Amino acid sequence: MDIFIQQLVNGLVLGSIYALVALGYTMVYGILGLINFAHGDLVMVGALSGLALLKGALGAGLPLPIALGLAALGAVCLCGALGVLMERIAYRPLRRAPKLAPLITAIGVSILIEYGAAMIWSKQYLALPPVIQSTTWQVAGAAVTDLQVSIVLLALVLMAGLLWLIRATPLGVAMRATEQNAEVAGLMGIDTHRVIAITFLIGSALAALAGIMVLLYYGVAHYFMGFMLGLKAFTAAVLGGIGSVPGAMLGGLLLGLIESLASGYVGDLTGGVFGSNYRDVFAFIVLIVVLVLRPVGLLGTASGERA
Amino acid sequence: MKTPPLLPRFLGVGIALSAAIMVTGCSRESEKPAAAGPAERVVKIGLAAPLTGSEAHVGEDIRNGGQLAVDDINAAGVIVGGERLKIELVVEDDEANPTKAATVAQALVDRKVAGIVGHFNSGASIPASRIYAEAGVPQISPASTNPKYTEQGFKTTFRVVANDNQQGPTLARFALGKLEAKTVAVIDDSTAYGQGLADTFSAAVIAGGAKVVAREHTTDKDTDFKAILTSIKGRKPDVIMFGGIDPQAGPMVKQMVQLGIRARFLGGDGIQTPNFVKLAGEADAEGVYASMPGLPKAQMPGGQAFFDRFQTRFGKPVELFAPMAYDAVQVLVDAMKRAGSVDPAQFLGEVSKTQYSGVIGPIAFDEKGDLKDGPLTIYVVRAGQWEPVETIARSTAAAPEPAAAAAPAAPAAAAR
Repeated sequence: MDIFIQQLVNGLVLGSIYALVALGYTMVYGILGLINFAHGDLVMVGALSGLALLKGALGAGLPLPIALGLAALGAVCLCGALGVLMERIAYRPLRRAPKLAPLITAIGVSILIEYGAAMIWSKQYLALPPVIQSTTWQVAGAAVTDLQVSIVLLALVLMAGLLWLIRATPLGVAMRATEQNAEVAGLMGIDTHRVIAITFLIGSALAALAGIMVLLYYGVAHYFMGFMLGLKAFTAAVLGGIGSVPGAMLGGLLLGLIESLASGYVGDLTGGVFGSNYRDVFAFIVLIVVLVLRPVGLLGTASGERA
Repeated sequence: MKTPPLLPRFLGVGIALSAAIMVTGCSRESEKPAAAGPAERVVKIGLAAPLTGSEAHVGEDIRNGGQLAVDDINAAGVIVGGERLKIELVVEDDEANPTKAATVAQALVDRKVAGIVGHFNSGASIPASRIYAEAGVPQISPASTNPKYTEQGFKTTFRVVANDNQQGPTLARFALGKLEAKTVAVIDDSTAYGQGLADTFSAAVIAGGAKVVAREHTTDKDTDFKAILTSIKGRKPDVIMFGGIDPQAGPMVKQMVQLGIRARFLGGDGIQTPNFVKLAGEADAEGVYASMPGLPKAQMPGGQAFFDRFQTRFGKPVELFAPMAYDAVQVLVDAMKRAGSVDPAQFLGEVSKTQYSGVIGPIAFDEKGDLKDGPLTIYVVRAGQWEPVETIARSTAAAPEPAAAAAPAAPAAAAR
């Protein structure tokens, strides 16, 4: 039982990170109908730039909380700028092009960011200096660290904030209007270019924070780390219903839990025929089943492709 | 403008001409002694290793080791068949990718290399070896330890490291003997190297009367091992063994400590690197064991001198397999010398008869191309450094004395 609870904890933390990243995919898809494949790489830039800033700040003798805050702030600014820049340079000129063109561009941007990062930070796995001393609590037989609790809490706060922003502020109204029909929203006096840029900014900032979380949680960062993470987060967004913000959150948490429980129990359930290496297979089987039964995803709405 | 008078112009040309004749005459004169000495012969040696990706640091180490050997040979002026060798190292990046390895192998063969040093990953060495075998080019791997590599029946495959048929069982004997493990959990990274090592380890553990309570798999790209470690935690093993490389082992050990797993952690040569300690963090890496083919550097015949020279030349310490790569180049050139030819068809036979005294110790090959009597050393992390615990020297053919053969001189053996 304690092992089961431990797997739930693992899954919850992993899921919170997936959810934060999935939000970026789903917001951009909701508004532009574009799958921004470079979004996962923003997580990587967040982690690597955060690591560099953290090392620099600690080297300058700043205390850990301030250094960490600065690193997070720096990473958020950098990723935000990168996200807006990416939209302005690579996606805006293609706004009226066929759907396939921006998709391919997104793959190109992704490769560009990956190899740019490799040039700046090398292709090595970079280690977080051992500065984070986490305390471990025993909760119902499971080891829970303060870091894990902070990650989940921060993710929840960020997601709640985002929901509030979308549902209760003028900017949120503008975003929803642009999502429903960009042309009409433009006629109503909404600067849709600005709204789209802000959407990229928010998504990228969340990705940067997710990157910092991954860095602190696993203690390593690597120029290619955004690829698989991005793919999983995209899956989470589809699982929850792409275009739907609460869907991305639910999808992320679910995918984290499924992965954790699958790698923990698939071996036992199948008598060792399938081992923990099949966890991704099981995660995707769940995705396929959900999509067969509910093609729009768990919380997606059936009103056309732009939910 | 007036043209200059004719005479001075002719004079000028005359002086220039005679000067030219004198110069060429002189240079002819000076060429003579050189012509009496041996002519230079450019020989290409191919080196293939992962130079990009997460294992780039190990690949670079191999390349630097090979480069150092080439520099030494060129400086020493080795004469083969009356010609002075000028070795050119042709370096290719196999990205630790089996498919890329085959492509790179073909490219090296097409460039008419006389011999190959490489690859690093067993998963790369094995597919590449077929291409070298078909071309008749000798291949010496400085690092691939999967037994299959030399079991394909190719006459061209050699390695200067002990293979996993030794490494796995040696680690298992160490776990069951010194660490008194009764229950063992095994994780591999689903690569030819990692899985091979984990399999030979598991088999030896079972043969030794202990139990493998969990067999988990991950990939060589993952950094999240919480789920598999949690399920291992439920089985309460005495020892966790990982077949894989340091980018995974580092975070794995860290997460093991976070989860409060108290088992000892063991690995093969893939984790016995300074990088592992960095990735896991000094505190969490403390007490992790790893085996490494070869003697501890203090006991290598050419050890300290080589390590110092390497540090001076490249400005960083030896990561892992540089001494093996250095010796692999030397073994190829040594065979050329004895055969009196740089043609692989001529000197291949001499490679298998090698009796070379290298940086890593005496090098000779058995009939399969495996290193004869390849020693293995078990290391442990103490205060952020890998320290030798014991050295197990045994023949690849027969195993007369197993774990008891601890090196008498190993300083850390006393410390334990």
